[in-house]
Amino acid sequence: MGLEEKLPAGFVLTTLENVAGYMRKASIWPATFGLACCAIEMMAVGTPDYDIARFGMERFSATPRQADLMIVAGRVSQKMAPVVRQVYDQMANPKWVISMGVCASSGGMFNNYAIVQGVDHIVPVDIYLPGCPPRPEMLLNAIIELHKQIQGSKLGVNRVAAARAAEEAALGALPTSLMAPTHDHTAHLVAPAGKNLLA
Amino acid sequence: MADEQKSPGFFAELFAPIAGFGVTFSTMFRKVVTEEYPEEKRPTARRFHGRHQLNRHPDGLEKCVGCELCAWACPADAILVEGATNDDTPIEDGGAGRFSPGERYGRVYQINYLRCIFCGLCIEACPTRALTMTNFYELADNNRADLIFTKEQLLAPLQSGMVQPPHPMVEGLEERDYYLGAVTAATDAQRAHVEEQSMRHTQEPTEEVH
Repeated sequence: MGLEEKLPAGFVLTTLENVAGYMRKASIWPATFGLACCAIEMMAVGTPDYDIARFGMERFSATPRQADLMIVAGRVSQKMAPVVRQVYDQMANPKWVISMGVCASSGGMFNNYAIVQGVDHIVPVDIYLPGCPPRPEMLLNAIIELHKQIQGSKLGVNRVAAARAAEEAALGALPTSLMAPTHDHTAHLVAPAGKNLLA
Repeated sequence: MADEQKSPGFFAELFAPIAGFGVTFSTMFRKVVTEEYPEEKRPTARRFHGRHQLNRHPDGLEKCVGCELCAWACPADAILVEGATNDDTPIEDGGAGRFSPGERYGRVYQINYLRCIFCGLCIEACPTRALTMTNFYELADNNRADLIFTKEQLLAPLQSGMVQPPHPMVEGLEERDYYLGAVTAATDAQRAHVEEQSMRHTQEPTEEVH
């Protein structure tokens, strides 16, 4: 993008990363965009009581092209999915996504054909926030978690190395079908001292 | 003439461009009226539906009996329970141990917080008050797997007077006595049992070496 692409890895680049992270996290502009009931809580965070301006976020951007953060607030229906993806694609890098509420994070209680089962099927998500809907403090907590993530983000050759390491880890990851089970599903069927509940 | 204005003084004209900062400066000394969330947390309502907790009897045994009523009540299918039978055969004879008073206990207990809508129907369904909700709400995480809470994370910490199961019930009492308030703390026999088991556990690896 700029000068940081030409810097070698080392003291100068890591210092620049720290400064850039500090600057970036202090003024994230969210995209104005709510899908369902979570949006009401998102708007509550914008009110003077919760005062999202304390995090430099009071300017909810009316166009995705000037936004850094997409707060997916609400269930994403199959019909809305391409729109959400287009909004994400229109945002300029660097950009982040908070999946607010259980519906956006995993489909929540709407385990049916109309709802995308987690917005991470269509856009990469940085922070998952449970709750139905999450109270405003929970969203503030998610934003603070995101700040930590942004502060630690990489630039230039470090970013390329981090992306490569993440890709290698993903390629080398064990498929869930080969993972050891978290618990034994049949152990409880065999009662102790010769009592077999199946018999 | 109406548009004739008195010209401001020299100093007023000099400081006019930065006069607005006076508002900013004076506001610094005013009382803060907004929520100061990360620094000062306002308490939630007392009955706020937050993270779940699996409670214990006063002697440390778990209250959960593995009945799965919470999982059946859950409208979002967020809860996974698998019960198992309590086993009073001594652990050295291959017994699995006792985790709750009565017949069964919850062997596997998981709540998926990316499905849970905090409605509290599981709390209403629980016949033993094993499952309750706390006021804790800071649950944001950066991946989906870590938001499936397992039994170790949900179990209430041991309070004073409790000992870590598996251990036998209070001697001479049966399951219903636990719900009648007959148990107030772990007895000496229970403490001795847990201590003996932990001693055995630490000795085992050395025995294998010989």
